[in-house]
Amino acid sequence: MLRDITLGQYYQTESVLHRLDPRVKLMGTLVFLISLFLFQNFTGYIVATLFLVSMIALSRVPVSFMFKGLKAVIILLMITVLINLFATPGETVVSFWKLTITKEGIYTALFMMFRLIYLIIGSSIMTLTTTPGNLTDGMEKALSPLSHIRVPVHEIAMMMSIALSFIPILLDETDKIMKAQMARGADFESGNIFRRVKNMVPLLVPLFISAFRRANDLALAMEARCYRGGSGRTKMKPLKYHLRDLAGYVILAVYLAAIIVVPRVVDKIFVQ
Amino acid sequence: MAIIKAKNLGYEYFRRDKEGAVEGIVKALDDINLNIKQGDFVAILGHNGSGKSTLAKHMNAILYPSEGTIWVDGKDTQDAGNMWDIRQTTGMVFQNPDNQIIGTVVEEDVGFGPENMGVETKEIWERVKESLKIVGMYSYRKNAPSKLSGGQKQRVAIAGVVAMHPKCIVLDEPTAMLDPVGRREVIRAVRALNDVENITVILITHYMEEVIYANKVYVMDRGNIVMEGTPREVFSHVEELAKIRLSVPQATKLAYELKKAGVPLPDGILSAEEFTEALCRLL
Repeated sequence: MLRDITLGQYYQTESVLHRLDPRVKLMGTLVFLISLFLFQNFTGYIVATLFLVSMIALSRVPVSFMFKGLKAVIILLMITVLINLFATPGETVVSFWKLTITKEGIYTALFMMFRLIYLIIGSSIMTLTTTPGNLTDGMEKALSPLSHIRVPVHEIAMMMSIALSFIPILLDETDKIMKAQMARGADFESGNIFRRVKNMVPLLVPLFISAFRRANDLALAMEARCYRGGSGRTKMKPLKYHLRDLAGYVILAVYLAAIIVVPRVVDKIFVQ
Repeated sequence: MAIIKAKNLGYEYFRRDKEGAVEGIVKALDDINLNIKQGDFVAILGHNGSGKSTLAKHMNAILYPSEGTIWVDGKDTQDAGNMWDIRQTTGMVFQNPDNQIIGTVVEEDVGFGPENMGVETKEIWERVKESLKIVGMYSYRKNAPSKLSGGQKQRVAIAGVVAMHPKCIVLDEPTAMLDPVGRREVIRAVRALNDVENITVILITHYMEEVIYANKVYVMDRGNIVMEGTPREVFSHVEELAKIRLSVPQATKLAYELKKAGVPLPDGILSAEEFTEALCRLL
């Protein structure tokens, strides 16, 4: 169950997206996320779907891998859909007891659902095609102007990359502790929600203690290897823009223009 | 020339009770004198709590002596200006392989040290390649460390230190958390460092079998060095070692018992091969 989270997990393969500069991918993800909120009608979805599908194809990551990331948020997804389904006022379609489903409700719920799914798949594409190290490098470089106003950009980037690389280690550890506690008779699966949360305590306490111990050891190991913050540090993989990165920015700009213009043009044609 | 020299080195810390009041002073190290030459393979043996890890941390300016002095490559560790030089001169490998790997890809982790030192990008790549080859992990350079075995992770950690081009590597119980296969891999890599690269190795351990490759052994007990010499010399003191809860390798133990029973075997036999040879000569 814990293995299903693909967010922040890199998928190793060779593709154009893998080779793209992380700054382009960061920008691309941001543009894609914003673009999802720039339109209200069906045509917009076609444009966004086309873009997303071509990105998935370019990334050469198996589609099933991307949908795995959705499992983790399925409850959030259902809640959003249900709220939108029942709470949107408008023309009634079905009504029973105190609940009414409206035509507008169905539309908003569906739109909202696709929007969320696209959001998650869109950001998964970035994390699946970029190593966490590369990703934080990109973030560090893109945000580096902020260091002039004393934002500790390098330190934040380092924290993020360490957090990401510790995800698999801590997951393994959780699994181990869970099994150890189950062998001692702990029960993580039955009872109502409160009971289950309470039963998590013997899992979380050892996990926290071990995480702190690991952090302490890691800090020592980093110091022993001469780590002293961002200044005076060189890069093993310095970021340099290539022609394909420029092309990436151009494609992004075209996409952004398309998502703004196409739905409006289509609307006009249909209205006339 | 001495790469690590300690004179009357002492380290003490306060033992505190639950409220944080000082209960007593623990002497973790007491009057240690060391003289380790460049290119040596030194093993430091000792039971839990003998102060061997505390001593190791003094060699990398992680801990500072409360008494006496320790010099690394001629530099006093207590001088704050020397700290980064010292950490570059003596690299350190720790016990838990998971807690010392920073990168998310093997090669990035090995490059971490040189990056911190401000080495040029091109040279970092050369160093990473060369050090991964020394420990035999070059073909895994693109892998995620979390997918490697314990012995492989520990070899990556060693490569990470080698890439900093140290004169000396301190390994603080590098094999304590590994299975026998991993342990063999790591010891093989460590011996290659010493033989081929002529890097001074200081191996801290409580596995006797790992000690036999060293050319000098220090045995520690309760913060003191109680024995020093070649493995052969040290292992001929079977009873003194047993007193400080250290056991000798099986072949040594058997030879010792046979000798006590009247079989004229030489002192300080280290391996099974040596033992068989000595026994055959008697027949």
